[in-house]
Amino acid sequence: MTELICINCPQGCHLQVSPKGDSWLISGNRCPKGVAYGQQEMRDPRRTVTAVMPCENPEHPLVAVRTDRPCPKAMIPAILNRIYHSYAEKNVKNGDIVLKNIDNSEISVIVTENI
Amino acid sequence: MNNYDVIIIGAGAAGLAAGKVCAQASCSTLIIDRADRTGGVLDQCIHNGFGVRYFKEELTGPEFAHRLSIRAKKAGADFALSATVTGIKKLPDGTFHIRALSKNEGVTVYHARAVMLAAGCRERTRGALAIPGGRPAGIFTAGAAQKLLNRSGFLPGKSAVIVGSGDIGLIMARRLRWCGIEVKAVIEIMPYTAGLTRNVVQCLHDFNIPLYLSTSVVKISGTDRVCGITAAPLDRQRQPDMTKAFDIKCDTVLFSVGLIPEMELAGKLGVKENPATGGAVIDSTYSTSVPGVFSAGNMLHVHDLADFAAEEAEYAAKCMIDYLVGVRTVAEFQVKAGENLKYAIPNRISPSAIDSLRFLFRPTVVTDRAVLKAKVNGVTVWNKKLLYVRPAEMISAELKNCNISGDIIFELEETEK
Repeated sequence: MTELICINCPQGCHLQVSPKGDSWLISGNRCPKGVAYGQQEMRDPRRTVTAVMPCENPEHPLVAVRTDRPCPKAMIPAILNRIYHSYAEKNVKNGDIVLKNIDNSEISVIVTENI
Repeated sequence: MNNYDVIIIGAGAAGLAAGKVCAQASCSTLIIDRADRTGGVLDQCIHNGFGVRYFKEELTGPEFAHRLSIRAKKAGADFALSATVTGIKKLPDGTFHIRALSKNEGVTVYHARAVMLAAGCRERTRGALAIPGGRPAGIFTAGAAQKLLNRSGFLPGKSAVIVGSGDIGLIMARRLRWCGIEVKAVIEIMPYTAGLTRNVVQCLHDFNIPLYLSTSVVKISGTDRVCGITAAPLDRQRQPDMTKAFDIKCDTVLFSVGLIPEMELAGKLGVKENPATGGAVIDSTYSTSVPGVFSAGNMLHVHDLADFAAEEAEYAAKCMIDYLVGVRTVAEFQVKAGENLKYAIPNRISPSAIDSLRFLFRPTVVTDRAVLKAKVNGVTVWNKKLLYVRPAEMISAELKNCNISGDIIFELEETEK
């Protein structure tokens, strides 16, 4: 049996995971999100990546960005590398896409603040 | 022109949420903040995890602040940014003069009928801990390092040790790793983490960062720059056991050892302080000991989540509107934190508020099963079972339809060790 802690919300449910056929049996969750998290975490753990990207605006040298969806953990270093080596335009706005469909993964990086 | 019904000090989660409620109720509202943008600390909290409760959607700090800010503006609140409040004075008629200093306009005096204190916290520093050692460069509070890194783009160092396991420290552990900085350890003096469990998972476990509990930092080494720290586990008397001390090499030390409500202005105004929270003593209308002065958010007590700070401020703002239209309630009964609780909010209540009020508590124990009890004159008038109690996680309680006829003492009884 594997123990996981759900990170969907601050409650942090302690999940017990045991194999069941080609899936997993999850208990200890207090809502359905815990089951989805447990299955995903066992199969293909993902995280939303947040970072700052250099910006062409001299008054705001950095702009806060995030991926538009959780990313496979193994892809995170490559995504961060792309973010750090790109420049956002001078007047980007909340929700603007600054990196699209990274390495055909459908993952995009979006701006999370107004400059 | 400088006359307002309501002036809110602080444009963070609490101030913005309160501003929206006041402006929506047609109170002329001004929100003052010393920063040049709204959002308060949310502006530097570029990570996700905000808004799940308040907006039913997961957002980053700046996104959460942006939404709150737009709502306050749409409702008609005015803003004075880059303006630092340097004094609040109560006038003989019960209204207030608020003096603010800004680069563009110099000194401005605003007049308000009611004031909301929502200026948040500052960080506890190394000085508060009395850790021996020199004064080398490379020692930061976690929030200061977060601001340098996320807003100015300065890397604080190459390898770091984080002292204290508060949420900002945990979040910074991940941030540093994602910036290519080594994180050697997180060292916590208590036997449990001060931050949320999910942050331990996604910020420490994900990166195999060691967490030392019940361990104290006994020395910081280095002359010009930090070159390492010495840590020692605590013995049974909770004193560092120097026979088991160990060294960790690093060039940076971050302190995440607690937040202190920003009470200086309030103190000068005569607002009574609650020693258990560091914030103001309040009644069930979120009024402080000075009539017309209200407080909410982290300036009142440290919240686990910005969502809770915003919710609390909305409630406080509604009480403030009642005050402006002349509603006066007498908070006749005291509320006390008993066994296993560090504090209870509010400190006094009017029985008429019992149906709408949410009581908030900070537990002092780690337990998986407990019962929270409300006692009046020694008799339990209300109770609630709790699963998974941790000091890092606030407890809330609603006592709807409960008949309160005296002072309330809340106690947290452990039902399983």
